[in-house]
Amino acid sequence: MSVIIMLLIASISVAALFLGAFIWSVRSGQYEDEMSPPVRMLFDDQPSKKTT
Amino acid sequence: MAKVTESKTATACYHCGEPCKEKLIEAHDKAFCCEGCKSVYEILNNTGMCDYYSLTNHPGASQKFKVRADKFTFLDDDAIIKALIHYQDEEHTHVRFYLPQMHCSSCLWLLENLHRLNEGVVRSAVNFTRKEAEIIFKQKEVSLREVAELLTSVGYEPYISLQQLKGERPRIDRSKIYKLGVAGFCFANIMLMSFPEYLGIDAKEQNLTNLFRYLNLLLSLPVFFYSASEFYSSAWKSLKHRFLNIDAPIVLAVWVTFARSVVEILMGEGGGYLDSMSGIVFFMLVGRVLQDKTYEQLSFERDYTSYFPIAVTKLNGDDEQTVSLPDIQLDDTLLIHHQELIPADGIITRGKALIDYSFVTGESVPVEKQMGEMVYAGGRQMGGNIELLVVKEVAQSYLTQLWNRGSSATTIPDEERSFVHLLARYFTWVVFAIALSAAAYWWMNDSSLIWPSVTAVLIIACPCALLLSNTFTNGNIIRILGRNQFYLRHAQAIEDISKVNHLVFDKTGTLTTGRYAAIQYIGTDLDAEVWQQVAALARQSMHPMSRAIANFIKYTSKISVHSFEEYTGRGIEGVVADQIIKLGAKSFVTQGLQDFEEESVSAVYISINNKLVGHFKFQNEYRKDVPSMLKKLKRRFGISILSGDNAGEKNYLQDLLGWNAAILFNQKPNDKLTAIDTLQKHGQTVMMVGDGLNDAGALQQADVGVAVAEDTHAFTPASDVIIAASELPKLPAFIRLCKINRHIVMIAFVVSILYNIIGLSFAVQGVLSPMLAAILMPASSISIVLITYGLSQFYGWKLGMK
Repeated sequence: MSVIIMLLIASISVAALFLGAFIWSVRSGQYEDEMSPPVRMLFDDQPSKKTT
Repeated sequence: MAKVTESKTATACYHCGEPCKEKLIEAHDKAFCCEGCKSVYEILNNTGMCDYYSLTNHPGASQKFKVRADKFTFLDDDAIIKALIHYQDEEHTHVRFYLPQMHCSSCLWLLENLHRLNEGVVRSAVNFTRKEAEIIFKQKEVSLREVAELLTSVGYEPYISLQQLKGERPRIDRSKIYKLGVAGFCFANIMLMSFPEYLGIDAKEQNLTNLFRYLNLLLSLPVFFYSASEFYSSAWKSLKHRFLNIDAPIVLAVWVTFARSVVEILMGEGGGYLDSMSGIVFFMLVGRVLQDKTYEQLSFERDYTSYFPIAVTKLNGDDEQTVSLPDIQLDDTLLIHHQELIPADGIITRGKALIDYSFVTGESVPVEKQMGEMVYAGGRQMGGNIELLVVKEVAQSYLTQLWNRGSSATTIPDEERSFVHLLARYFTWVVFAIALSAAAYWWMNDSSLIWPSVTAVLIIACPCALLLSNTFTNGNIIRILGRNQFYLRHAQAIEDISKVNHLVFDKTGTLTTGRYAAIQYIGTDLDAEVWQQVAALARQSMHPMSRAIANFIKYTSKISVHSFEEYTGRGIEGVVADQIIKLGAKSFVTQGLQDFEEESVSAVYISINNKLVGHFKFQNEYRKDVPSMLKKLKRRFGISILSGDNAGEKNYLQDLLGWNAAILFNQKPNDKLTAIDTLQKHGQTVMMVGDGLNDAGALQQADVGVAVAEDTHAFTPASDVIIAASELPKLPAFIRLCKINRHIVMIAFVVSILYNIIGLSFAVQGVLSPMLAAILMPASSISIVLITYGLSQFYGWKLGMK
């Protein structure tokens, strides 16, 4: 029985963690622009300073 | 007819990709169409940022139209700076610019690497969906004006309008998303913890059963009090207006379910229906969120302030001074540059004006105005610079009043016109009838079953299926239409469109591109040499018709024109190679020569040595496939055309639409509004399709107003729908899809009724087990989602949508 209660606490806290993560991601505006992040990650960081 | 062979394949400009028609500049082994494109390339090349060109082919926007060097002088003004920036500390300033030219990954890359072009820029972050760039710069090293000029120099001219000065944009409402997240979390956990109850648990473990039940109760509280509040407020609002909308019976069902579950759990009788309740709330919220997908980057509610520039040049004696628009006062003298908007009604005090009113009145030909004449706000100056004495303040100008009148004609959009509310009401009465008869039956037979049977009926028969099928279908249709660049302002527009039976089109800018493309020459054949002479004369004038003729002939030689004269509103004349050539209205070129033919407004006549040789006929360029679209539409709808332009195209349009179609020309903005009102009084449901400010009143008066935009991010008058001009030929398919919307809702609803009948048959007997409810609820919800999604995708595909 105590095992079940332990599991219960674990499962709910993990779920709550995800809920928290979801709310945080909405609040930080991650769903506002769905176009640029997937493109942005493909850019090289600072290619050579001077090319000809 | 002059035979001019066009070069078969014009080289594409390395920067913008446009064919280099007029001239070709070769530099750095690359071809450019204009100096502007070349200079952008050079800036990027010098800073080693040519990655810009390797990410996408021809990523730039054409730089043919140079931005005036001192255009952004108003950004030196402290009051304007204060209004534009949204954060500033000792060192850094944050500003958000709207950059309509942004369109590809190269743009994104370049704009986020601005700091490499100018040391003063600290960081820039792009929001692609809204076409905005947030730029952080050190105000000590670089001024706001310099930042704007930097953006302009690489081809991204910030669009700054008066509206931005007036304050912050409304914050995006994310509360529904939070509610959805909370409901999802609680729903999933309640489901999980209901399993022991359903699958049976050892009688010895009674404590555990109670633990699960109380945990469920605890988890259902946020759903009941927070997530479902979305529906409470809507239901309460409708009840206050003495109207029963679909949310009212849903709220009733949620409350009954919650009440019964609480009673059962506290009395230790059972687990209740908390999983069903939170499931319903969760699915309904998903539907709402999908349906409420708004096009943030598009603005449907615009007023005149977003159309006007932010500041203009005011003349103080010989001093030029930049003033922001609201500060313009009576008797100020303004300097209006080429291509600038006239901000206030005024009298021309210097210079010759050639004003393009196409956006305000729909006339396609610019109007020439002389010194001393009155010009109205909203026109665009096409000639050189003019000076203007303001006679009316901005807020009282003709244009502003046009707008205000339009908006006063609007009725408050009634979100509760939808047929689902009506259906829900009938549905509710039926449910009440069933609940009452069940209660009556058990009162006579076994009164202990009244409570379980009545509550079960109300739980099962919640019209959430109807709401679900409606919101999910609407959401899907909105997204399909949006992918095809037909943007709806809200879901109710779908239903409004499906009811339309009369379409009214504006001509200039809507059916036509507003340019003269088709020019036809009718008259005696002329030598190539004479053609060049005519072109040489035409080139002398700034009038668009002359420019069009010069382009049409393809002027190649260099012939000098003597004693050139331009007569406002009539024509031009000059001596070319010892011949007097005149171009213009018929009465002008044939002075003395009598002719009784009717004069056409869209024609330019030529005479050489006072002898009429022929004329050019100008035809508006119709958008691609628009004539065939009109033919398709006239079979099913009444069609009218209201044009602010002259009647030059009347015959063509009448042929296209048949003799019973109403085609009216020279319509003032107010005439259009009354024409639509008259149609509505005759029982027609009208969709108005227009583009300009002259349509603004009509767009709002009509049952559905559709604004046509070349660039959906650019300025459009307030409307219910925005359609990209290139997609206009698909209009019949869009209307069709909106009509199909209703069928899909009905099909899904019928399916859900089947589930309801099964559930009800248990419920009236008072034996609805929580497990059965827990199976029926998600099963019906998910099948509705699948049916609506499948059907709308299928019909969209059948109608040729992306």
